[in-house]
Amino acid sequence: MELFLPIVGLSLGVSLASSALAAALGIPLAALLALTRFPGRGVLVVLVNALLGLPPVVVGLVLYLTLSRAGPLGGLFWLFTPLAMVLAQAILATPIIAALAHRALEACWRDFGRTMQAAGASRLRALPHLLRMARRPIATALLAGFGRTVSEVGAVLVVGGNIAGFTRTMTTAIALETSKGNLELAVALGIVLVGISVMISATVLVLTGARR
Amino acid sequence: MKFLLALLLALATLPASAATIVLASTTSVDNAGLLSRILPGFTAKTGIEVRVVAQGTGQALATAARGDADLVLVHDPEAEAEFIAAGHGARRVEIAWNDFVIVGPAADPAHIGGMKDVTAAFRAIAVAAVPFVSRGDKSGTDALEKRIWRETGLQPAGQSWYKEIGGGMGAALNMAAATDAVTLTDRGTWLAFGNRRSLVELLRGDPRLINRYRVIELNPVRHSSAKLAEAHVLAEWLASPEGQAAIAGVTAGGETLFNPGVREIR
Repeated sequence: MELFLPIVGLSLGVSLASSALAAALGIPLAALLALTRFPGRGVLVVLVNALLGLPPVVVGLVLYLTLSRAGPLGGLFWLFTPLAMVLAQAILATPIIAALAHRALEACWRDFGRTMQAAGASRLRALPHLLRMARRPIATALLAGFGRTVSEVGAVLVVGGNIAGFTRTMTTAIALETSKGNLELAVALGIVLVGISVMISATVLVLTGARR
Repeated sequence: MKFLLALLLALATLPASAATIVLASTTSVDNAGLLSRILPGFTAKTGIEVRVVAQGTGQALATAARGDADLVLVHDPEAEAEFIAAGHGARRVEIAWNDFVIVGPAADPAHIGGMKDVTAAFRAIAVAAVPFVSRGDKSGTDALEKRIWRETGLQPAGQSWYKEIGGGMGAALNMAAATDAVTLTDRGTWLAFGNRRSLVELLRGDPRLINRYRVIELNPVRHSSAKLAEAHVLAEWLASPEGQAAIAGVTAGGETLFNPGVREIR
């Protein structure tokens, strides 16, 4: 396990990058669903909520076939690289962030939207205020997305290949050490992973001011 | 956010600018620690970095057939022959060998300890209905196990004592250890395995249990985008006196994991 720190670094890098990508897609989608009305909106809400249960191994497999050299995006040479892992996890986290942020923004808009519009604010101008008001539930949405990505093993194993020193994360290392019968080491890695998740959750909650 | 994405982009692109190849390898050579111990020497000498994707033989060959690997290292003669017949593989060289062993609980309920005939042992296991863990994942080990069952004329699939787990060698050994079951394993994974509990080696030495590892270079006609030149350098090095000495030098618990031995298969 001479590669312990790179493993932790890659796990964090991939999870944070994929969560950031998922937030960049999920929060605008949530705002669109909460603040506007357009044909097909109901279908989209159902779809986003249905995708909460997207099986990681299926996402991994579909992305594998897409990024494989025999697949449509094979020319990118992303398969068995961290980029493929970020993409897979962003696909998994986007519906989680979108669905939870949609609920939060919807409630805020219902309570304060009229007042804001009466004061002359357009939907677009009202959005930053809504996001600030809903920052705590949105922080929870981001943490739920991050939790999905940092704990995930099925998709990153398929598209990353668990290559030592390159695409091996905490979760795939735990799976590998378990398969080698090194159960103590696997458990120790698991404790470190949980510790990192606790620290990140605590930091985000303190920053958003959820003290009680 | 941008910093992280930039960092990942750097991670993904920087090492690829040096000569880097993907080796689709059977799990046993990787889990037993062979590749992680010999490849640094190869990289230091040639500057070629090797990314090992460890999969069962069936999956490793499928990965290479899709064009996602530059070289394969596997151990299932029938699947290898199919791979070459389908036009994916070109040159095939044996670079190491060891053997398979049957492991099971020390109490040995099927009384196969010390037997020399693997088909007789499989029959005894079936007659006594002793729990047997099968890989069931089209790996080289799984293919050999299915061939031995065919030789016995018995049909273990569907029997309550026969558990087909669809997992790697380590998963099979973990389950055998937890449920006092018998399983067939390659020696390398077994020697490096850390969770044996009551499992002991019960049968070895049948000539049918010889386990040969081969590298297959890809067919340039079908796989022109693969890094064939670098892959050829690695294949040559594994078969060279230097590579063979590196393979012979890898031990676990005082035992040699893989025996050197080069043979080109035509």
